[in-house]
Amino acid sequence: MARQLLKGNEAIAEAAIRVGLDAYFGYPITPQTELLEYMARRMPELGRVFVQAESEVAAINMVYGAACAGKRAMTSSSSPGISLMQEGLSYIAGSEVPAVIVDVMRGGPGLGNIAPSQSDYFQMVKMAGHGDFRPIVLAPATVQEAIDLTVLAFDLAEQYRTIVTLLLDGNLGQLMEPAELPPMRSPRRYSPEWALSGAGDRPKRLISSLQLQPEALETANQHIQAKIATIAAREVRASDYMLDDADLVVIGFGSAGRIAQSAVKTARQQGISAGLLRPLTLFPFPEWRISQLAGQARAFLVVEMNAGQMFDDVRLAVAGHMPVRFYGRTGGMVPLPDEILEAIVRLDRELVHIDSMKGDRQ
Amino acid sequence: MITQLPEQLVYQRPRSLSDVSTHYCPGCTHGIAHRLIAEVLDELGIRERTIGIAPVGCAVFAYNYFDCDFAVAAHGRAPAMATGLKRVLPDKIVFTYQGDGDLAAIGLAEILHAAARSEHISVIFINNAIYGMTGGQMAPTSLADMKTTSSPTGRDVHLAGYPIKVCELLAQIDGAAYVARRSLHNPTEIRRAKKAIRQVFVNQVDGVGFSLVELLSSCPTNWDMPPVEALRWIEEEMLPVYPLGEFKNAIR
Amino acid sequence: MVQGRIVIDSERCKGCELCTSICPQNVIRISSAFNKGYQPAELVDPLGACTGCAVCAIICPDTAITVYRQVRPRTAGLHAV
Repeated sequence: MARQLLKGNEAIAEAAIRVGLDAYFGYPITPQTELLEYMARRMPELGRVFVQAESEVAAINMVYGAACAGKRAMTSSSSPGISLMQEGLSYIAGSEVPAVIVDVMRGGPGLGNIAPSQSDYFQMVKMAGHGDFRPIVLAPATVQEAIDLTVLAFDLAEQYRTIVTLLLDGNLGQLMEPAELPPMRSPRRYSPEWALSGAGDRPKRLISSLQLQPEALETANQHIQAKIATIAAREVRASDYMLDDADLVVIGFGSAGRIAQSAVKTARQQGISAGLLRPLTLFPFPEWRISQLAGQARAFLVVEMNAGQMFDDVRLAVAGHMPVRFYGRTGGMVPLPDEILEAIVRLDRELVHIDSMKGDRQ
Repeated sequence: MITQLPEQLVYQRPRSLSDVSTHYCPGCTHGIAHRLIAEVLDELGIRERTIGIAPVGCAVFAYNYFDCDFAVAAHGRAPAMATGLKRVLPDKIVFTYQGDGDLAAIGLAEILHAAARSEHISVIFINNAIYGMTGGQMAPTSLADMKTTSSPTGRDVHLAGYPIKVCELLAQIDGAAYVARRSLHNPTEIRRAKKAIRQVFVNQVDGVGFSLVELLSSCPTNWDMPPVEALRWIEEEMLPVYPLGEFKNAIR
Repeated sequence: MVQGRIVIDSERCKGCELCTSICPQNVIRISSAFNKGYQPAELVDPLGACTGCAVCAIICPDTAITVYRQVRPRTAGLHAV
């Protein structure tokens, strides 16, 4: 298929449609409303289900209903709306039905603003609702990645019967760049053995997240945790940039990672041995890769559009073996490459200073 | 002369109602409502393609009592879940079964909008003027001056508000096709209730639009009275506040 | 008089007394025996007063009651007396 100029929000919508989205339920909220509007036009055109729900609470529960039928269902929102969805996400997780959620992050907390941010990392990556669960979280940085990860999201959701979140910021939702969409898939016959479809002459089925007996709920939790362990072993994805011999590893996801790449390139030109690790999956987190890098590099710089959220996970993975520093902007501010370069230079100077104090490297 | 005539079976457990003991309190009218729904599923021959959605409340375990597919919704969200399910499976019969906290408190937006969109679902609304499962707190449908565990000196309407009349509310909505209130307090009313329950399912079979029946029900345990007295309380105290009848019947 | 008979499933009955109170013939009473903590209802109908009207089954929340009725066959041209 040819490359075309596409807006992030709409590219995600069309990509989902191309891979057989059956139902979209959503609610307007900046900066992702274009996704809803695109669906409002396209889904009825194709005879598929579109409902603008009365709230994000209703939208996520409509997704839950459609997911119980084994259908490909999706919703999208932004930070405050995602907060509203947490109860529904927890129910979906506990019931182990597949669902795809798109979070186009904005400034917070509270009503915040409509400028881009990455401050839903904790909300989406640590759980997205109450209880023990880890949704798969995919973090695109370009419109092409947004398309490719949307396609991946539905497959992973069904394969593991789990929630897959596309976590991007308002930047990526809004910007337009050339990208290629997948071809339209023909309708498929998919009837999983757990889906509700009317009992007919088979035994009745139940989809529920309720388990009153603690022993039974513990067993259910152990099953989910085993599934999560499998996902963690198999589904990590990350993008490397100039990491082979990097002394100073910059880690950033989404737009922050993309901007940091420019800073890393400039740093290299200035003689600093920098590299970039850009996680594409925030869960499962590339902790093994990071701990591997901790053997080769001398310091990490985490760059985010929040007050330091993925920062915690990087520190956990580095496990105190070397300095991990943070550079971030909050409130919808987007860092420029120069700011990140300055932070890289500062860290580099810090390392030089440590060297001169010690006399030689460990 | 007394002759032995052939004996005919006149009344038995419907096929769609599972043969298990329920967790409901002795005398709780949930059991009557369940049986009427099961009889309708049998009579209309729709059990095989019916999917029920259970609420959060005493009836959260409704899935144990019907022989059909079931899902359990979050509190108040059954109409949204039903919307998702029915929209992707339009040839199945989707019904929700909800209590007064579920439908009239936390779920009021969901039921209103499902009615506004005229979702082709059937809603069974159990109004027993109290929160049963959590131990007897005030519900939006609790009567003025009614003593509950969260209105221990009686519901003061100036502070806690007035009871919500769901049928009257929903009848205002253009998308609502059928809205009726019946009661379960004596056999005559139970027979009439069954007719209304049948109507909300027939409407879905016929693709008429959003249909709901509110059933005045008892909660002997949390009303703190024996089951027989609880039925009398429905008749004497609830009927004046919640009149019976059809509030909307728009067969298109 | 139509002759009826009910069978109460004591494994389902919770002794709620809705049937005992509603029976127009007063032939249902609560047993003195216990079953799983409940005292179930039972048919006590020595005179055969039960008509199989089924209001007990209609009001029973536990669907514990099955109702039978002896049916007089229709003779041509005449209604059953």
